[in-house]
Amino acid sequence: MSDSGNAPATNIIGAGLTGLSAALTLAGQGRKSRLISVQSSERAQSNLAEGGINAALNVSGEMDSVEEHFADTMRAGCYLADPIMVRQLTKAAPQIVQKLQRLGVPFAKEDGRILQRYFGGQKKKRTAFVKSSTGKALMAAMIDAVRQYEVAGLVERYSHHCFERLFIHEDRCLGAQCRDAYTEERKAFPGPVIVAAGGMNGMFFGHTTGTTANTGSVTANLFEQGVVLSNLEFIQYHPTTVSIPGKRLLISEAARGEGGRLMIMRDGRPCYFMEEKYGPDGNRMPRDVISREMALLSEDVFLDLRGLSQAIWERRLPDLRDEIQHYLGMDPAKEPVPVAPGIHYCMGGIRVDEGHRTNRSFLYAAGECACAYHGANRLGGNSLLGAIFGGRCAAESVMKDLAGASKGNGNARRIEASNSNENAGKTRFAQASDDENGMEFLNGAEEIMSLQIAAYSSLSCDEQSIEKKMEEALFSGLSILRNEERLTQAHQTILQLYNRKETLSDELRARLHLAEAMLLSALERKESRGAHTRMDYPETKDAFRAQTCAKWEAGRVGITFEKRAL
Amino acid sequence: MIIRKELIIRRQQKKDAAPYWESFSFETEEVGATVATALTELVREHSIGWECSCLQKKCGACAMVINGVSRLACDTKLVDCKTDAIRLEPLKKFPVVRDLIVDRSAMMERLKELSVWLETDGGSSEKLVERKSEDVGEGKAGRLRLRKESESADEIAYEASKCLQCGLCLEICPNFAVGAAFSGMAAMSPMTRLIVSAPKEQRKQLARDYEKSVYAGCGKSLACREVCPAGINIDRLMSRSNAAAIWGRWN
Ligand SMILES: Cc1cc2nc3c(=O)[nH]c(=O)nc-3n(C[C@H](O)[C@H](O)[C@H](O)COP(=O)(O)OP(=O)(O)OC[C@H]3O[C@@H](n4cnc5c(N)ncnc54)[C@H](O)[C@@H]3O)c2cc1C
Ligand code: SF4
Ligand code: FES
Repeated sequence: MSDSGNAPATNIIGAGLTGLSAALTLAGQGRKSRLISVQSSERAQSNLAEGGINAALNVSGEMDSVEEHFADTMRAGCYLADPIMVRQLTKAAPQIVQKLQRLGVPFAKEDGRILQRYFGGQKKKRTAFVKSSTGKALMAAMIDAVRQYEVAGLVERYSHHCFERLFIHEDRCLGAQCRDAYTEERKAFPGPVIVAAGGMNGMFFGHTTGTTANTGSVTANLFEQGVVLSNLEFIQYHPTTVSIPGKRLLISEAARGEGGRLMIMRDGRPCYFMEEKYGPDGNRMPRDVISREMALLSEDVFLDLRGLSQAIWERRLPDLRDEIQHYLGMDPAKEPVPVAPGIHYCMGGIRVDEGHRTNRSFLYAAGECACAYHGANRLGGNSLLGAIFGGRCAAESVMKDLAGASKGNGNARRIEASNSNENAGKTRFAQASDDENGMEFLNGAEEIMSLQIAAYSSLSCDEQSIEKKMEEALFSGLSILRNEERLTQAHQTILQLYNRKETLSDELRARLHLAEAMLLSALERKESRGAHTRMDYPETKDAFRAQTCAKWEAGRVGITFEKRAL
Repeated sequence: MIIRKELIIRRQQKKDAAPYWESFSFETEEVGATVATALTELVREHSIGWECSCLQKKCGACAMVINGVSRLACDTKLVDCKTDAIRLEPLKKFPVVRDLIVDRSAMMERLKELSVWLETDGGSSEKLVERKSEDVGEGKAGRLRLRKESESADEIAYEASKCLQCGLCLEICPNFAVGAAFSGMAAMSPMTRLIVSAPKEQRKQLARDYEKSVYAGCGKSLACREVCPAGINIDRLMSRSNAAAIWGRWN
């Protein structure tokens, strides 16, 4: 690229798998990026991923295909994901897994070929894995790969830097304001911004399988700055988690992929309720289905792993067995493990188009913070894939948009969720105006921004009780089984909490707005679909085959429905 | 059962400020509660600086010195602490940022200096296998050997990839100091991952770096073995790396 020398560096917020993938893609093209994250990559949630990554490699003699991976993903997501995006994702998957192998990821193999395991919601063995530590192995390899470009000066790391807000000028993102958590110094980082800050699990502190670092505050701040969010009501409860201090510990779906069975005791005898209702593959139904069944039961549920062979324990799940023994003091090969659903993933997030562009030009989002591939329910193994692919896509869009902007042909598109009724159901792709020279614009922006560094107050100690009330209200409103009354009650609680607006920090205020958007999205979706079960509206309705869009406008949350390409 | 503990924390407002001790009392009914549980509760009322992320000993963020022993806060149960008072200090080998937070970037910088990455990009995975088959000979026996070797190489790579970069091994190592040539187990683990998968062209430099930064400085106290929270089999990694980088037995 001839113009890469003076192109502005791209700011990547988040250094998990998504951020690393974006940095790698940019660096591979000689483009500079800043990798900005509260903690170093080794601490990111991506390291916790266990069961594996999906790709139709067709190595198990089951005639698997990209087409089936696509179909399974769309079906599990109850047809809410954008089919164009899912097609791109599933098509790229085999090549991504091969690339990871080249980077040194020690995927399980048999006769030199990658071995795949069953995962929920998929009929074919399609999940490549490294025992039950796939995320850790992927991260180790990707961190190494990026290190090479750090040394080459193409990737600059800003670990211990906390994102605070965007610089926005006339719907354009000019850069990001971040705070060095070690020195408290505020910095302006000019240039395009890729948000890769992970999920919103921090909105449900203590009830999730994720990390404490992913607070959801980045998404909340963006929301207050006019960035459109989608599908916030879809929250994945993973069926098999256990309580440990401070969080829910995940028992990977791999346990069921390798033969684990869900069980209750009925009249003194074991009853494999998923198999009884859904047949032999019942234990591998999609997560939304299983968690719903479990929520409807009154008995305690167990994961029965006693039937797994010695070879499976030794070769494929030794780490899972160690973990259960360490935390529960029991051997899962000998005793059924008591499990319950726990919050695991947010399908919704920052609304993006197929190039991972948001409704602000030069602002992109990918990975768990974006609403992209998973519709109303995510398939296990698809989010590591989505993180790597999404990060790459966003980086490619940055390069295209910068090139376009510098030539003045303005191919920087952005999507705009419309609030007006006549436009409802249509995604409008706005073009950056033709006469603007993007490079100059972004270079000039540096001056604007240094003037604009603004005070930003983070959540303070005195606000912890409000924060806790917010989390509990959200957790109660957005439980597996929902209804109007509980949702309205939770919404009322949130409103009361910010009626004391004047004393709130910027961070808490934004978080309350995000909480409100989540609850209103769930209230507006008067049907049941995927992870969103309304006991008062049990059926799935065609009229709701659309994504919710939440927008902060004129001091209030607005919710609309928008159809994606069908 | 109620667990009551006094947490005595070494506090330091910022880098150059004078340190002092402050104690906090904490009680809980949760039998599994850890030092991380206590800190999570305490910071709801006091602005104590500490780091955590996964709360399940998988990210290394919460490394600190607990009653004189380097450990992960999220992997230290309160009931297992014999004394009623628990002393918490930041890791001593790294500069303090604030309270229990230390700056461990020297670890990541060292991995950059040692060029810890694979020079493989561009080729296909088949090539990776082909390259190895040159070393092990043709025919069925060769292929079988290859398969076995690459599978055990995968096992080593998996073991090595478990490293959290927490720094506990460095804290406890009598031979490690920030800035000195010896880089400790926190560098040995990622280097071993390279040693089992690096292409031939990369080996010479890798061997030199390994010898200088790991082999030459290790006094074999193996204190790291006891302290590694990821349970890495350090002997296994080290003998594999020594065999390759020092004795030239790469396969
Ligand atoms: C226990 C567990 C097991 C899982 N298993 C699987 C699996 O087997 N297969 C699968 O496909 N998926 C799995 N997932 C999901 C998958 O791991 C994640 O969706 C994916 O790794 C997300 O990657 P990410 O890069 O988007 O975010 P993360 O890895 O969460 O990274 C987020 C980054 O943002 C940074 N950040 C956060 N807030 C700020 C801020 N304010 N300022 C600056 N930086 C910030 C963080 O420091 C971090 O670097 C699992 C998830 C969990 C929790
Ligand atoms: S080798 Fe073990 S103790 Fe040392 S940094 Fe890695 S995980 Fe921590
Ligand atoms: S918080 Fe991750 S290791 Fe303790």
